[in-house]
Amino acid sequence: MTNAVLDISGVSKRFGDNLANDNISLSLGRGEIVALLGENGAGKTTLMSILFGHYVPDSGKVLIDGQELPPGKPRSAIRAGIGMVHQHFSLAANLTVLENVMAGTESLWRLRSDTDAARQKLEDISTRFGLIVDPDARLGDLSVGEQQRVEILKALYNDARILVLDEPTAVLTNLEAERLFRTLKDMAREGLSLIFISHKLDEVMAAADRIIVLRGGRKVAERPAKETNKAELAELMIGRKVARPVREPSTPGEVALKVTGVSVSIDGVERLKSIDLSLRAGEILGIIGVSGNGQATLAHLLSGTVRRDKGDIVLFGEPVGDLSVEGAVQAGIGRIPEDRNNEGAIGEMAIWENAVLERLPRFSRHGLVDRSAGQAFARKIIDAFDVRGGRPATRTRLLSGGNMQKLILGRNLIDRPRILLAAQPARGLDEGAVAAVHERLLQARRDGTAVLLVSEDLEEVMALADRIQAIVNGRLSPAVAADKVNATKLGLMMAGEWNEEHEISHAL
Amino acid sequence: MNAVIDIFASAGLWAAVLRIATPLILGTLGALLCERSGVLNLGIEGIMTFGAMIGWLAVYNGADLWAGLLVAALSGGVFGLLHAALTVTLGLSQHVSGLGVTLFASSFSYYVFRLLVPVAGTPPTIEPFQPIVVPALSSISFIGPALFTQTPPTYVAIMLALVLGYVLFRTPLGLAIRMAGENPHAAESQGINPMMMRYGAVIVGSALMGVAGAFLTLSAFNSFFPTMVQGRGWICIALVVFASWRPGRALIGALLFALFDGFQLRLQTVLNGVVPYQIFLMIPYLLSIAALALMARRARVPQALMQPYRRGER
Repeated sequence: MTNAVLDISGVSKRFGDNLANDNISLSLGRGEIVALLGENGAGKTTLMSILFGHYVPDSGKVLIDGQELPPGKPRSAIRAGIGMVHQHFSLAANLTVLENVMAGTESLWRLRSDTDAARQKLEDISTRFGLIVDPDARLGDLSVGEQQRVEILKALYNDARILVLDEPTAVLTNLEAERLFRTLKDMAREGLSLIFISHKLDEVMAAADRIIVLRGGRKVAERPAKETNKAELAELMIGRKVARPVREPSTPGEVALKVTGVSVSIDGVERLKSIDLSLRAGEILGIIGVSGNGQATLAHLLSGTVRRDKGDIVLFGEPVGDLSVEGAVQAGIGRIPEDRNNEGAIGEMAIWENAVLERLPRFSRHGLVDRSAGQAFARKIIDAFDVRGGRPATRTRLLSGGNMQKLILGRNLIDRPRILLAAQPARGLDEGAVAAVHERLLQARRDGTAVLLVSEDLEEVMALADRIQAIVNGRLSPAVAADKVNATKLGLMMAGEWNEEHEISHAL
Repeated sequence: MNAVIDIFASAGLWAAVLRIATPLILGTLGALLCERSGVLNLGIEGIMTFGAMIGWLAVYNGADLWAGLLVAALSGGVFGLLHAALTVTLGLSQHVSGLGVTLFASSFSYYVFRLLVPVAGTPPTIEPFQPIVVPALSSISFIGPALFTQTPPTYVAIMLALVLGYVLFRTPLGLAIRMAGENPHAAESQGINPMMMRYGAVIVGSALMGVAGAFLTLSAFNSFFPTMVQGRGWICIALVVFASWRPGRALIGALLFALFDGFQLRLQTVLNGVVPYQIFLMIPYLLSIAALALMARRARVPQALMQPYRRGER
């Protein structure tokens, strides 16, 4: 291509035994949006790190407007007009938006920062691309979506003409993601070239002009978005056909958990407003809703980490008052927390330690931790749940997201819990791992576990749940049978449109 | 009660406050600069001791007083380089390295002192900095003697607080240093070298600590003895937190602590024999703990403080 702004040709990079990039070439035109699709470990991020000068390739080169970019020099990459928006933001929470954007853009030996000019430039860019954010706000006070806007602004401020976004939607709610893609399209119309890295089929189909599929460090396909479909892409990405499992009909058992009229306030704000739900053995109850509507509080309530203000919780036919964490564990409630890195596992501790932490009494002898029993238990989970990339003694943070989630699932499911709380269990995972997690949830359902699935993914809930309730602003809709609703009805429910009759009758 | 009022009404107290505060101001600014870049420097106590010794020794051997301060600054810089090499390049624990520097520098200063200065009944003395008495202004009651009869290093210390505040918050260099202390990965991705920022801040910060120590032997007293820093370094570390990592507030904090200290010194003479003097010695420290507890809750700690930075690792 002659009008390519970016040409990557024949790039290879090896880490030890692992060939992370194997002779990859791609080009990017002006005003074009290219998606780099692949599972975790396919080499997407390595390739982009080479482009950005974080890594030096073993062979191959990067051309910007036909000029070769010196390898391993982030400074030159920035100067050549490449901007990178990392998945984990590179921002300083204590500094203001303007300071975050300005840092490093002026000569260090200037006697005074030209903040007025910088503010003007930032505001110009903000309005031109519709990325509105207060320059004087402390970054840590902004929402995740706004922080991402700052990341993009930072790149644009450095006069980026090629913008690389690494899994930009991993941390966003659906609404924020939609908004982001609208912005990206506007930016492309303004003449910017964009590459975004993703493993989500929906969004590459929706946002990209051209899709490049990586697998195992190699480019396996390149397709214009118009000439492909999700099924083909999924197969290319994974290398075999992978279908997400769907629930089969079954008859649920007795009610395991019944919550009536429960309200919860946190710091004076009512997060749950008189909610009702009942969960039966051998069924999956889906709680659907846009993140931030009380899901976290609901999960915390049932894991025993927050107290209720009023209402009743009945567990296996017995009123329990408030649950405690210990009580929840003893009652056989397994928990898969939404935030697996902070609440689900302790990254600096070994896999086996994370596996036994909540059932320490079982793995203690004479007041000492029984290491060999703990390690054996961890090995059992690793084998049964196909946790890859670690032995029992490996530090947990070295696992990929999908494997960490399998560890957490395994830790909970290996003892056949009677109830399983799964909060956003497949969020941020690649297609293969999503299917694995879904299969485990269905297996738990077959085994008679009562599963509460909290999710904001319509497709996921419709495929797995027997019954569905929507959560909006701390209120729960009445349950509807999954085979009696469609996406439109669920969408309306998520927006708070449901039959109020039930509520009135409840109030009476 | 009257005695207390008398103390606060005496011009002597207010003149003493700035004098007592000077080493604290310098030391706190030094520690603050290090911490803004992400490095806790517990070497301060030892670096101050060494600065006090080497500055004094230089002057004792015929150097000019200002040259003595410079020598102290350079020696502080060398210890800073050591601390930076251990914590920034090697990524070792900043606590352990800092305490190591303190233990080493303290013992080493006594060793050098004993090697070069013969044991004597009364320690040898030098001619220290003399107060600059600003004509007219110094005769204003209270404020005059307090503000306008100080030695030159005191004025330098106050100016340095303003300069450091300006550099940190108004220049690109200051922003780069703060970025290194808040998120070195972000700094790196913006083309700032966080390692260089940390080295620079630790070296310059440690130089200030050396000067803080030298003030004790070249201005406040006129001789050196090994225990003379007396925990001032640790007070500086606490003052940094009290000041929320801001130079202006560090100045205020140091003055406040000096006020407590000057007050308790005078209270000792008033209540001599009634209350054991050791009780008074505790007062400023107790008050500083109380002030710290009140202030530190709202403080915004540099997010990457005490975290070693390695390229390419998250």
